[in-house]
Amino acid sequence: MEKRTVAQKLHIDMPLLFGIVVLCCIGLVVLYSAGGQNLHLVIRQAVIMTVALLLLFLTAQINPYQLQRWSIWFYLLGIILLIIVLLAGYTGKGAQRWLNLGLFRFQPSELMKLGVPMVMAWFIAGSQVPPNIGRVLLGCVFIIVPVLLIAKQPDLGTAVLVGAAGFAVLFISGISWRFIISVMVLIASAMPVIWYFMHDYQKRRVLTFLNPEQDPLGAGYHTIQAKIAIGSGGLFGKGWLNGTQSHLEFLPERSTDFIFAVFSEEFGLMGVVLLIAIYGYVIGRGLWIAMNAQETFGKLLASGLIMTLFVYVFVNIGMVSGQLPVVGVPLPLISLGGTSIVTLMLVFGILMSISTHRRMLSSQV
Amino acid sequence: MSGTEQPAEYSKRRGLLLGLYFIAMSALLWRVIDLQVLNNEFLQEHGNARALRVVEIQAHRGIITDRNGEPLAVSTPVKSVWATPRKVLSSGHDLAQLANYMNIPLRELSGMMEERIGREFVYLKRHVEPALAEQIMALGIPGVSVEQEFKRYYPAGEVAAHIVGFTNIDDIGQEGLELAYDKWLRGTPGSKRVIKDRLGRVIEDVESIKTPSQGKLLQLSVDRRIQYLAYRELKSAVNVYGARGGSLVMLDVRTGEILAMVGQPSHNPNNRSEMRTELFRNRAVTDVFEPGSTIKPFTIVAALQSGIYSPKSVINTAPGYFRVGNHTISDHRNFGSIDIPTIIQKSSNVGASKIALSLEPEMVRSALAHVGLGNPTGSGFPGESAGYLGPGPYWSDIEVATIAFGYGISVTALQLAQAYLVLAADGELLPPTFIKQEFPVKGKQVIPARIAREIRHMLEAVVSNDGTGGQAAVRGYRVAGKTGTVHKAVGGGYSEDKYISLFAGMAPVSDPRFVIVVSIDEPRGEKYYGGQIAAPIFSTVMQGALRLMDVPPDDLRQSREAPIVAGTRGAQ
Repeated sequence: MEKRTVAQKLHIDMPLLFGIVVLCCIGLVVLYSAGGQNLHLVIRQAVIMTVALLLLFLTAQINPYQLQRWSIWFYLLGIILLIIVLLAGYTGKGAQRWLNLGLFRFQPSELMKLGVPMVMAWFIAGSQVPPNIGRVLLGCVFIIVPVLLIAKQPDLGTAVLVGAAGFAVLFISGISWRFIISVMVLIASAMPVIWYFMHDYQKRRVLTFLNPEQDPLGAGYHTIQAKIAIGSGGLFGKGWLNGTQSHLEFLPERSTDFIFAVFSEEFGLMGVVLLIAIYGYVIGRGLWIAMNAQETFGKLLASGLIMTLFVYVFVNIGMVSGQLPVVGVPLPLISLGGTSIVTLMLVFGILMSISTHRRMLSSQV
Repeated sequence: MSGTEQPAEYSKRRGLLLGLYFIAMSALLWRVIDLQVLNNEFLQEHGNARALRVVEIQAHRGIITDRNGEPLAVSTPVKSVWATPRKVLSSGHDLAQLANYMNIPLRELSGMMEERIGREFVYLKRHVEPALAEQIMALGIPGVSVEQEFKRYYPAGEVAAHIVGFTNIDDIGQEGLELAYDKWLRGTPGSKRVIKDRLGRVIEDVESIKTPSQGKLLQLSVDRRIQYLAYRELKSAVNVYGARGGSLVMLDVRTGEILAMVGQPSHNPNNRSEMRTELFRNRAVTDVFEPGSTIKPFTIVAALQSGIYSPKSVINTAPGYFRVGNHTISDHRNFGSIDIPTIIQKSSNVGASKIALSLEPEMVRSALAHVGLGNPTGSGFPGESAGYLGPGPYWSDIEVATIAFGYGISVTALQLAQAYLVLAADGELLPPTFIKQEFPVKGKQVIPARIAREIRHMLEAVVSNDGTGGQAAVRGYRVAGKTGTVHKAVGGGYSEDKYISLFAGMAPVSDPRFVIVVSIDEPRGEKYYGGQIAAPIFSTVMQGALRLMDVPPDDLRQSREAPIVAGTRGAQ
């Protein structure tokens, strides 16, 4: 057995950790500006980040083999909680997403961001790769059930994230192109039906996305203000704490989902390029881990999880810059709010576990 | 099982995923470049359009001072609270504290807002103290804002209320000189660019577009000390005699400047709640009255100018009355045959009428018109009355006979003062002015200087133990003047017991400096003669003015006598 570094002994992937910490720091700096220079807010966020980092370290200690065994149970627990939420959940902002656990409120849909890729990786790794058509269809059921349950809450953003993670695992597993294309055709033809079942507010968001200027004071307000904020930044930005759109309260949700607009206004194109590069670095490191995983389960799970992060970034920036409909997806590690940070740290924890446990596994086989 | 069965397919798919990632990120990046570089100007403009606002900078109104620079009207900065009801109500903010600060019931406040829900701008309270406005803004209620305004304050209060006038709540002149010189006093507001937040609060000043030009200073000819003295004397006389009102005008003989102009009843321009329109009138320029005996000197001017009469001419006034058509002209006693100075000294109606009837009517009329009667004085005061000289030149005999002693024509107190100024200024007519004059004013010669001096000497005899105006005397100074006691015209005839008591005069006679006209409207009680009521006011005010303005005494003979107490000397 070769000599292992301290980081490896602690199951920490240093390149990944570096990227995460840089993102957290950027997050705190931007939050100070977006939150109206409220130091209290920033300290609270820093505490949440620290706790989430501890969870990351704990998760990283778990052997992927254990994760593989727990996958189905974790998934089933998630499904049950989702059903309970629908029956007896706490309603906030027009959606039934939370379970009140007394001490804190908890969104079971967050569990599924981990649960779905885990169960898919477990399911596919448990048989031949690539899976045959029957197993693919069964796998689709694993994905669609929680997606529908989450969409019903309604929480479109999380549903998209969960679905994307699940299908990413299927895609990586090497299912045939013929199948992929036929599913896409099916989805396209199902669009009108989906439209029919959509909530009014969801329909409005899609329409607003298509033409935000149609309703500048109502549904289009978010998008227009965000576009103005980003555009005002120019090449080099207005400088930290100098964004007018955000500080003058024209921009809604500026410390949560729309924090990217604040960042863009204050740091300009240069800042945006740097930020996207850091996300690219973190996602690239995740893909590297997936590529170098020695177990099928690890490969598939890492791919699915890193897909979650990618969709997070893409959907958030896409919606803030007016390219995608407004769905409630935060900017990873930068937006204010504990839930998504905890979920993301767990994702990174699992990635580190897969990254650092591989030699041990190979020695066991 | 093993994960290395189909490495080729894995890496292909992973490559695809990586490619997808790059495409997606490039799309995002392109979008951001599109917004930040290509559409940057357009969006920045939109951003500025949402935050940058041009706001007005209030210019403050010029102050009004007296001739010595003492303030008569000043502007103090105050705040006005306004709201956009829709924003306030939709915020759901608790309004109890706001109602408390504004000292109105909560129900009334919210009711008022609901009523005006469609309005963008509703004043909640005008002219509050800056400290209170700060407290209100600290409540942070969306839709409630504060604007800068100025409130006019009048340090002299009711004393100068009629001349200075006042502004309305929007700082625009409404009455008096505030109205007449509104353009001069009012500045031009400037403007500046500011950054406002979504709630309309000003966050930052960006640039000044136009600096406001402040209103200009208006320095009046009035002397505040004399004004106070005149006001005090007039007010106490009006109270003592239970009169309906009164006015006093004082002119500087050398310049035509109005040194004091007061009226009763007055009002306090600082208290808007007690303002009643009938109190606003500056009686000295707006109210006309029949001048009565105070006009007699000008009848004599006409007589002397005609060349028919000289000061030594004697008129027979016996038996104290005579008839003109169906009318009887009478004196209150039979003076017998008297010379012209005695007609003035004793104020004989019969003598004045007989002289006037012996002249061409046009001569009498032009003597009156030349000293400014029947025309506005040109003081520029809003609402100034022109008086009335009758339909002439075709005056009938009875008209000529009564005009000779001041009935059938009407004048304002200011016109009468202007006319007496001609006598004081050796026959020169000077337009009265409210504005301080920096240079001596050259008047228009309307009466030969010799005649003006002769009349002055006749008028000096009035202010003596033997004349009607003895109580107008001022110790140490030679005083000339004329009393008047006018029956008020009521409904087509003349009232038996309603009078206007007048005194018009000047001092010092050797080189007249000041002219004062006093008029008391309807004194009640036993005393009503001009020599009893108006003359003592004249005396006190003239005495004070002569001393305040350092005018040297010209009557050394009198100054060596025992002190003279006004009111104890010669009676009617």
